[in-house]
Amino acid sequence: MKLQVADLNSFYGPAHILFDIALEVGEGEVVALLGRNGAGKSTTFRSIVGLVENRSGRIVFEGKDVSREPTHAIVRGGLGYVPEERRIFTDLTVEENLEVGRQPKRPNAPYWTREKLFTLFPNLGEMRNRPGGRMSGGEQQMLTIARTLMGNPSLVLLDEPSEGLSPKIVEQMVDAILAMKKEGVSIVVSEQNLHFARLISDRVYIIERGKICFGGTIAELDARPDVRDAHLSL
Amino acid sequence: MAFYFVQFLTGLASAASLFLVASGLSIIFGVTRIVNFAHGAFYMLGAYVAFTLTERFSGALGFWGGIVVAALIVAAVGVLVEMVLLRRIYHAPELFQLLATFGLTLMVQDIVVLIWGPDDLLGRRAPGFRGAVDFFGQNIPSYDLFLIALSPIVLGILWLLFQRTRWGVLVRAATQDRDMVAALGVNQKWLFTSVFALGVFLAALGGALQIPRDAVHHALDLRIIVEVFVVVVIGGLGSIIGAFVAAVLVSELNAFGILIFPKISIILVFLVMAVVLIVRPWGLFGKPEAAARRTPGLTVNPWRPLTSGERLMSIGALALAAMLPLFAGNYALTVGSEIAIFVIFAASLHFLMSVGGLASFGHAAYFGLGAYGVAFLAKAAGLPMIVSLLLGPLLGLLGAAVFGFFAVQLSGVYFAMLTLAFAQIIWSIAFQWVTVTGGDNGILGVWPDNWASSPASFYWLSLGIAALVATVLRVIVFSPFGFALRATRDSPLRSEAIGINGKRVRWTAFVIAGTTAGIGGALFAYLKGSVFPDSVGISLSVDALVMVLLGGVETVSGAVIGAIVFKAANIWLVSQTDLSKLVLGGFIVLMVVAFPKGIVGTLEALRNRRRSTDTKSALATSRVEVAE
Amino acid sequence: MSMVPTLLSVENLSKSYGGVHAVRSVSFELRAGEILALIGPNGAGKSTCFDMLNGQNMPDSGRITLLGEDTVGRKPRAIWRLGVGRTFQITATFPTMTVRENVQVALVSYGRQLFNLWGSTAAYARGEAGRLLELVGMGAYAERPCGELAYGDLKRLELAIALANQPRLLLMDEPTAGMAPRERIELMRLTARIAREQSIGVLFTEHDMDVVFEHADRILVLNRGSLIAEGSPEEVRGNPQVRAIYLGEGLVYDARHREGAGA
Repeated sequence: MKLQVADLNSFYGPAHILFDIALEVGEGEVVALLGRNGAGKSTTFRSIVGLVENRSGRIVFEGKDVSREPTHAIVRGGLGYVPEERRIFTDLTVEENLEVGRQPKRPNAPYWTREKLFTLFPNLGEMRNRPGGRMSGGEQQMLTIARTLMGNPSLVLLDEPSEGLSPKIVEQMVDAILAMKKEGVSIVVSEQNLHFARLISDRVYIIERGKICFGGTIAELDARPDVRDAHLSL
Repeated sequence: MAFYFVQFLTGLASAASLFLVASGLSIIFGVTRIVNFAHGAFYMLGAYVAFTLTERFSGALGFWGGIVVAALIVAAVGVLVEMVLLRRIYHAPELFQLLATFGLTLMVQDIVVLIWGPDDLLGRRAPGFRGAVDFFGQNIPSYDLFLIALSPIVLGILWLLFQRTRWGVLVRAATQDRDMVAALGVNQKWLFTSVFALGVFLAALGGALQIPRDAVHHALDLRIIVEVFVVVVIGGLGSIIGAFVAAVLVSELNAFGILIFPKISIILVFLVMAVVLIVRPWGLFGKPEAAARRTPGLTVNPWRPLTSGERLMSIGALALAAMLPLFAGNYALTVGSEIAIFVIFAASLHFLMSVGGLASFGHAAYFGLGAYGVAFLAKAAGLPMIVSLLLGPLLGLLGAAVFGFFAVQLSGVYFAMLTLAFAQIIWSIAFQWVTVTGGDNGILGVWPDNWASSPASFYWLSLGIAALVATVLRVIVFSPFGFALRATRDSPLRSEAIGINGKRVRWTAFVIAGTTAGIGGALFAYLKGSVFPDSVGISLSVDALVMVLLGGVETVSGAVIGAIVFKAANIWLVSQTDLSKLVLGGFIVLMVVAFPKGIVGTLEALRNRRRSTDTKSALATSRVEVAE
Repeated sequence: MSMVPTLLSVENLSKSYGGVHAVRSVSFELRAGEILALIGPNGAGKSTCFDMLNGQNMPDSGRITLLGEDTVGRKPRAIWRLGVGRTFQITATFPTMTVRENVQVALVSYGRQLFNLWGSTAAYARGEAGRLLELVGMGAYAERPCGELAYGDLKRLELAIALANQPRLLLMDEPTAGMAPRERIELMRLTARIAREQSIGVLFTEHDMDVVFEHADRILVLNRGSLIAEGSPEEVRGNPQVRAIYLGEGLVYDARHREGAGA
């Protein structure tokens, strides 16, 4: 088991956001976390990597409980995180953005060099010295993923990677995620677009009002249209 | 010609220290988003520690080593401050950070006097740079030439550090998005600490390098910090090259301004700053601030007018206060009048801060202008009290209209720094234009007319005006204008998109607040019977901020409570201790860290928590019912 | 259609930044009651186009005529006074006010009462604010603090605010971004209904092709700053160039909207 989350509860100030979240990610698996805006997808990710400080529960990554560690230590341990809204460093060039993400090679995780990333995202290789602020939204999204891969993670949390991107770029994103999976990276993707989730994931969880209300394969979800329609409003 | 050239070189030499301090401030701001008010204090500490070390150790090594070691020692103090204090307030609103670091400044002022005494200290000349170079009959100290060469070298080193090292890349990344840097595995705590250490090192070095040129004394901190604020406003916060260019510009303006307006040379700097702000509001090399991310989950309670019960309670409290003369003596009544006057002052700033989101660090300017206005009218024109009281605050209005026009072009920390600089300009004028203002001697003999001269009647007058002002401001808060003002604070984007001219709305609010402060100042002049430059000073501006914070920024009427508690405590404290700055500074720091919501805000939060637990259980039951 | 008056006409609009053509010579028209979608790859110039229309950005050249008036060089608030309502990609509302007060502020501005220091905002245009909230289905939430609303409700509140000046034109920047699929459809249905009833023209940008193909009367496709296609949803969907540049294989939106899938 790559990642095991149990009894995760999170708070923003007095507001209770996540209730007893439990989810598991197997070795080399791609898991989608589906739910509407405000359901708690981002908070789940932020809680796992320690950006939400007020949290309780167990977060076991590669057999080790990381729920008391600070963000940077969790990430250095090989758990990569790509936040929503891209958040690249707009003043820094592509190369410098990648430099911020660079971490030493680690055992049991694929090793990424700049050159290897430029083969995965050929666009980026053509604009190594361009400031991030002068890239299009699609290019920026690719850069955030490449930047996180520079840390040689064995698991990556991808928060809404398709949001605000054109259909064509979303299709490229599908290819990139499948390529990452092939290299051996385990991935959790949060999404609202079920079409997108279908193309990449082995299993899905549905989150609604801070609670996990479904977990299973896509086929199992399709067998339960009641669940799907109630929680995803499709 | 040679004279002007030497004057130019003197300006360049002065720019060196200014650049070191300003670049340190900019670097710290870039990463931590904290405008470190205590930067002037670190500069001053650098000078004092360097003085001690260079006196203690002789020879060239003793001197130069002493300078560097002094900067390192102060940097270590800075690290301690960062770890103990700043780490707790990185996520606090910027106003709190400014205040906390100002509290530190106050504490350092008293500590410095405790250690080194109140007298000016004259440092050693720099070994190897004792002489002067002759230039067409004009002497240039060779130490000045050394300083002139130093700043470009420091600029170059900083540039290499930020562009060519991994540390530099990480710092630049953190400048944009510190959480993201942590999410990429960088320990931002140590990154922040190292940045703060570098910034403080630069400030302390700036101070240490001044000792051969200037006496060391305990007012150095405020003098440099105001100049540094002017420099970063002109150059652009966060830009090192901007700090360099603006430091040179400001120093040259000072060097030549003294030739043109010997008395009020600061006017020239002000004019340049005004032009820069209109053309480039974020400074010559600065960048517009990205809109701040809202803290997720932050629930804000909408403001509501007083309920009839609360209104009755307020009237009752006022009636109770009006009965004070029946049982209190003259001293208590004078204190009572002073408190009422500070309620007016605090309420005016609170209006600007809470409703308009504009935290002015120089609000005393308009209070003081009101006081001077009254003094001019009563003393020079000999007008009766009632007329002076009505017309005096107009000087506050005028000042607020002029300075407010520029100030509302900016927001956030820029606004705070600019208002502080404006207040300092008015202070300089009050201090230096002796023929009109009496300078340090002030204007004496501003006494109330007979009808208001007894402590009881003056108290009733002050109380009545304070009640009136608080009521009027409250009405304005809930008027269409009040909502428009709040709209510009809540969402500049949306308010512009519904046709609100944000700058005009904020300017109007600034003028209202300035005039109201002027009313307080007018009464204050009559209470004290005199006016001094202190009524325009920074410490008075900060008193007002503390009163507002103590009461609670996020409340409608917290300032009233804050002013009463703070002023009463302050008057008592000053009578009890000689180290009032140390105690006050410590109090401010403690309040920001432990009590950020203020008195009224904390009470409201408690009340809301009780209410929400009730409704929550009700909600939970209803949800269960629906689910079944 | 020819009887319906033209609301907005854009002629040869161009803008470049540092030698890069963000928008090149774009021209189009929008009629009252029409819903027009502006789509294209990220970085194609949609935002720049939008910002020029609403006055946040000055074009280098070209004309924008709104209700017969040239709007180039006018400030956003002046354009709003002409009768343009806006919603933002990330909602912009006033979190320290109640839902009703949010709308009331817009009405205060519309009634030119911004500098009224003495009146009561609570009483100002209360009924009108309530009517607008009812219109977008937010009547029940009128007294709620705006900061507590769910995201989808904030979007509807924004629409109510945007309608406060009785606009002739609505500019909506990615109106359904960040919403669940059903909420998206509901919001756009609501917008379309109001637009038809009050014959308001709507111009919106969007990446969700399910929304675009379902609700747009006409679609403009922008690529590298230039207009490369314009037409009905069927025409745009069938355009091979648009598919190559933007739509892709159609794997990531609803099968009903792919080409040839029984449109």
